[in-house]
Amino acid sequence: MSLAHLASLRLVAAAALAACSVAAVAQSTEPVRVGLLSTLSGPGAGLGVDIRDGFQLAVKLNDGKLGGRAAEVIVADDQANPDVGRQTADRLVKRDKVDFMTGVVFSNVMLAVGAPTFQSKTFYISANAGPSQYAGEQCNPYFFSASYQNDNMHEAVGKTVTDKGFKRVALIAPNYPAGKDALTGFKRFYKGEVASETYTALNQLDYSAELSKLRATKPDAVYIFLPGGLGINFIKQFVGAGLSKDITLFGPGFSGDEDVIKAVGDPMLGMFNTSQWGHDMDNAANKKFVAAFEKAYGRLPTLYAAQGYDAARLIDAAVRDSKGKLDDKAAVKKALEAAKFDSVRGAFKFNTNHFPIQDYYLRVITKDTKGRITNRTLGAVFKNHADAYVGNCKMPAL
Amino acid sequence: MSGILLLEQALNGLQLGLMLFLLAAGLTLVFGIMDMVNLAHGSLYMVGAYLIATVSAAADSFWVGLGVGVLATAVLGMLLEVTVLRRLYSRDHVTQVLGTFAILLMCNEGVRMVWGSQPISLNPPAALAGPVELLPGFYYPAFRLLIIGVGLATALVLYLLVTRTRMGMQVRAGASNRDMALAMGTNVQRLFTAVFGLGAALCALAGGMLGPLLAVQVGMGESILILAFVVIVIGGIGSIRGALVGALLVGLVDSGGRTLLPMLFEALFSPQVAADAAPAVASILIYVLMATVLAFKPRGLFPAHG
Amino acid sequence: MARPEPSSVSLLQHKLNLRWTLPLLAALCALPWVAAALGDSFYVTLATRILVFALAATSLNLILGFGGMVSFGHAAFVGVGAYTVGILMQHGITSAWLAWPLAMAVSALLALLIGAISLRTQGVYFIMITLAFAQMLYYLAVSLKAYGGDDGLSLPGRSALGGGVELTDTTLYYVTLALLVATVVFITRLLNARFGQALQAIRENEVRMAALGYAVLRYKLVAFALAGALAGLAGALLANQGGFVSPSLMQWSQSGMLMVMVILGGVGHVLGGLVGAAAFLLMEEFLGHMTEHWQLGLGALLLLVVLVAPQGLMSLLKRRAP
Repeated sequence: MSLAHLASLRLVAAAALAACSVAAVAQSTEPVRVGLLSTLSGPGAGLGVDIRDGFQLAVKLNDGKLGGRAAEVIVADDQANPDVGRQTADRLVKRDKVDFMTGVVFSNVMLAVGAPTFQSKTFYISANAGPSQYAGEQCNPYFFSASYQNDNMHEAVGKTVTDKGFKRVALIAPNYPAGKDALTGFKRFYKGEVASETYTALNQLDYSAELSKLRATKPDAVYIFLPGGLGINFIKQFVGAGLSKDITLFGPGFSGDEDVIKAVGDPMLGMFNTSQWGHDMDNAANKKFVAAFEKAYGRLPTLYAAQGYDAARLIDAAVRDSKGKLDDKAAVKKALEAAKFDSVRGAFKFNTNHFPIQDYYLRVITKDTKGRITNRTLGAVFKNHADAYVGNCKMPAL
Repeated sequence: MSGILLLEQALNGLQLGLMLFLLAAGLTLVFGIMDMVNLAHGSLYMVGAYLIATVSAAADSFWVGLGVGVLATAVLGMLLEVTVLRRLYSRDHVTQVLGTFAILLMCNEGVRMVWGSQPISLNPPAALAGPVELLPGFYYPAFRLLIIGVGLATALVLYLLVTRTRMGMQVRAGASNRDMALAMGTNVQRLFTAVFGLGAALCALAGGMLGPLLAVQVGMGESILILAFVVIVIGGIGSIRGALVGALLVGLVDSGGRTLLPMLFEALFSPQVAADAAPAVASILIYVLMATVLAFKPRGLFPAHG
Repeated sequence: MARPEPSSVSLLQHKLNLRWTLPLLAALCALPWVAAALGDSFYVTLATRILVFALAATSLNLILGFGGMVSFGHAAFVGVGAYTVGILMQHGITSAWLAWPLAMAVSALLALLIGAISLRTQGVYFIMITLAFAQMLYYLAVSLKAYGGDDGLSLPGRSALGGGVELTDTTLYYVTLALLVATVVFITRLLNARFGQALQAIRENEVRMAALGYAVLRYKLVAFALAGALAGLAGALLANQGGFVSPSLMQWSQSGMLMVMVILGGVGHVLGGLVGAAAFLLMEEFLGHMTEHWQLGLGALLLLVVLVAPQGLMSLLKRRAP
């Protein structure tokens, strides 16, 4: 090889190296784009707003970065409508070319948003919806649930209601995938009699028909899964119709969280509910989160906000652990599965179907030391609980 | 199937029907006298509810909020009529649909800009938040009884207004035969503005009454608007009596259907089938009712024209 | 009740004005190449969506603009077409040659049934009856839990064209464009033929036409069924474009949106549907990008059109052309 040849070869090599590092630098200075598609209008708006606020708080506390790179969070409204959700998701992955998607509240929207997101090989980190379809038969390597699987909280209440000795329970949930998951989960652990099983419409605000039926059936307890504004309306009307005297009300964490408490007030005292998180949990990450949230937004966080916060921290860990190489999907997947971040729930780990294995606690609504009506976390109902669908999941390759 | 269940259904149906009447009365008058399809009618209901909720929260009194909100919405309605809607009277229905739809979009967005997209809460007066024992062992929400009371009182006032006052006479004349009424010297412009303001006030009243039960949110007008149109078609366009009868019919059929149909279906089929089919059939019931009425009386039950 | 205003000087004849429709067609044909050059394939899907809605709006224009029938339930036929394709695909029938004509046939049949009952009424009662039927179809779709119900049905893929040709985004765009052009040409020919002339005359003065011996109801019914068939085709294309069908396609607010497109573009103008759909959806896209309060701007624009150009945007353009 001649000297000139060697020189030119070295030049080419140097140029290539320079180009690579420029590209690497370029990629690492490009912001991480996250598409936060959530419900920001309608009766479910409070939930979406909380997820958004929790997520953005995490990014803010991290100096506006995720995994060391600047973060660009694009917020969009799905209006709790699967059609709108799907079109907006399409826009986010195709036009805005986001690196991660998150935020969907309702499982019916989730199932519509999933298809275009997974098809475009974009990772979805769920800050709420955990449909049984994605835990079992339709499990997908691009889906990660930072929240729970839909059945779990209801399973915990089912066990609680049985342990407390109730024999005739009426069940009410909205007629959509999470509603069905809810009552399936409840019945999995509830061993008494089901007095009635009613499915309402997802945008229904007037429950006079359901309350009439309760009056006629006379159960000793009623279990409701009615998230956000739906729950607020039901509980107000339930108390207003005088049914709370004879029938004990149970719900999952969704129906007994800060948003519902704030709207309904005193009538909620004494209500039991279950959740994987409580704002009074005693770990460093949670204390920091609750204090920062109260300071930034002037209200106590709900479990939706906690999930949004955790989703952001999970993405942060994934970007950090994959060294910012977001095009290397396998590396990002591995980093996500490892989930090396401090969750506000304490320890956090994923199951093989990308759903969390975690503890579920019983909470009761009481007055705290400051005189506020809020949740107090009692003991654990389940420890290291996995979902019921993991056996059906044969995780496909990326 | 107990007597109490039927009584409860009757009361629920009466309550829904009277609220629909408040909306339908204004709508049928505007359609009957001004010959205008007003898609923005539901927006007045929404704006009314928002104003009442805001003033109630600020003044910490439901009644103050109600009074101020109704008046404010009436004024807003009249302003809207004088500035924009007046120009649409002479146009064909298709153009009116476009124009009032445009106003609907602007109202929705305007409300979103001022109050945000999250629903706001409107709480009933504390004294009426609990149940009342109507019969031994049968409790009915006090607030719903109030709604029924307010609805009946308004119906009475409207009846007196339309049959016993000069303005009411002009309204009936205008609904019956507009050109003749014009020829007989009615001050058309003022009458139209007054009718529109009255319609807006009724909308706001309905919004304030239903707000505590449902939710005060953007787009709340659209779902109830379609029910109101069904009511006026059944009742006959231009007739307040028709609006009342139509509203009560729709209210009873809708409430009754929503409760009794699922029970019927559950007795006959499985809970899953009942859960899927019953709400669909219950929702279709009022349209079937409308089609049946139109089959026998093509211009509604009490048409004002002719 | 006021009648719709007449649309042009030569009342019933319609021309396709090739002087500027041909360049428009050329531009539309070139769009995918331009988009590919800019590296942004998103605009091809957006354009496909606009063309599909243009087809739906044009079908509505046939009965609303040219026939004078204000149908508030037209979105239901679009939905029925979409659901036909979706349900067939769910059961393994993916061939476009089978599914799309079937979608058109089902929609046409439903339109025939609904029209037979509704067209006996007049004015606002016709509007309400068509609305009622559309709502019934909507609630029927919601109750079909086997096909997703309220949550909708995701389609596993697109319709198969056969012969190794796959319906990619670009191919679907060209197919939609071709079908839209065919529809517009067909409607223009139809309007200039005896059937169309009679239909427009019925719109102008139904009583006189009946007195002249025309079977008015039959003309209107055929037009209604034809519009339904074309709407069904639009639905089939929409199902392919979005990969998703849901009952919200059939809601009365969707029918309202279609009506707005037709009125905005120009009632009674052959290209009114296209202009209206493009104006509406482009505004939704670009205004939406700028501000989340874009509906305020849309409302203001619509109001302006009503007050300034009551015959729609097409009338503004026609006024300029000699």
